[in-house]
Amino acid sequence: MADDERRDPVVAQPGGTPDDAGAPARDEAATPRARLTGWSALASALHPRATRAQLLAGVLCAVLGFAVVVQMRQAGDSSLSDLRTDELVRLLDETSARADQLSREATDLQAERDQLESGSTSRQAALDAARRNAAMQGILSGRLPAVGPGVRVSLQDPNGSIRPVTMLNMLEELRNAGAEAIQVGDRRVTASSAFTGAPGAIQLDGETLKAPYVWLVIGDPDTIQTALEIPGGALAYVRNDGGTGDVTKVQDVEITALRDLPEPKYATPAPVPTS
Amino acid sequence: MIAILGLAIGVVVGLLVQPTVPVELQPYLPIAVVAALDALFGGLRALLDGIFNDRVFLTSFLSNVVVAAFIVFLGDQLGVGTQLSTAVVVVLGIRIFSNAASIRRHLFRA
Repeated sequence: MADDERRDPVVAQPGGTPDDAGAPARDEAATPRARLTGWSALASALHPRATRAQLLAGVLCAVLGFAVVVQMRQAGDSSLSDLRTDELVRLLDETSARADQLSREATDLQAERDQLESGSTSRQAALDAARRNAAMQGILSGRLPAVGPGVRVSLQDPNGSIRPVTMLNMLEELRNAGAEAIQVGDRRVTASSAFTGAPGAIQLDGETLKAPYVWLVIGDPDTIQTALEIPGGALAYVRNDGGTGDVTKVQDVEITALRDLPEPKYATPAPVPTS
Repeated sequence: MIAILGLAIGVVVGLLVQPTVPVELQPYLPIAVVAALDALFGGLRALLDGIFNDRVFLTSFLSNVVVAAFIVFLGDQLGVGTQLSTAVVVVLGIRIFSNAASIRRHLFRA
């Protein structure tokens, strides 16, 4: 291959050896050094010689190697510090936009979670309230049996002279005193209860009551007793009618009589305003 | 031979010293390195062509580095530094490839 490279000078000088010595004879005239090409040029360049060209190339290559290593370390060291300003700004923009988006998302999710949590608790609270409400309404309307402290009022009517209005007066007095559940005989007394009939044949909701009239009342026993026995009160009316009555406080009054309420035909619940 | 030696020395010195590049030079160093590589390949090609000249090599080496860095600097000032440095790298890469092809033809005749 070295021969090929040197063909031109060799051809120009027939008989010349393919050695370095042959070429200079002609080339020396054009250039101060032998004009070598290809492998031989490489080979001659590889011979360490203290020529200016070799030293220069060495120095420049040293600079290049130094710079390459420095740059490699730099590029490996830091990916951000060698970025340009606009790139950094763009990067910052993107990052902050992404952060904004993520924090917005986080806020949304947190709100949703709070909503769900409070929704479940408020649902539970509403359920509890509804249950309490149902129990309360059941007791007040006579749908449910009730137990509690109260009084037992027994009205003796030996002459059959107690009037229905006296019974009504009694009922009003009890309600005023805070009675929560009332039973007369085996009938539950509710908001729609009515005393009708005549003395001696008093009807409660259309059913004739038999003397003695026994009232079972749940409520504050002291208040009810005081209210009934007050001068000019319900028991005074009973005595005026010719009957007698006595009130006994009972620790556990059991009201077991129930009342079936007809489904309201015309009234429907008004929509609850949502706040 | 001295060139290879110099390259090795430069690498070793760079590894040993571990200098930090000044911030102002950081955008230009990679471009300068590529330009220097281009000059190196050009020099090798000239060597194989038999027309190697140390003065030309020195001049092309330095001017390549300076011009490349200057173009990038100009691009930075104009606000197109990224694009211009890409352009410089592309052009120098093409030159390196063509020089490498020439060298290959010289050495392997193919």
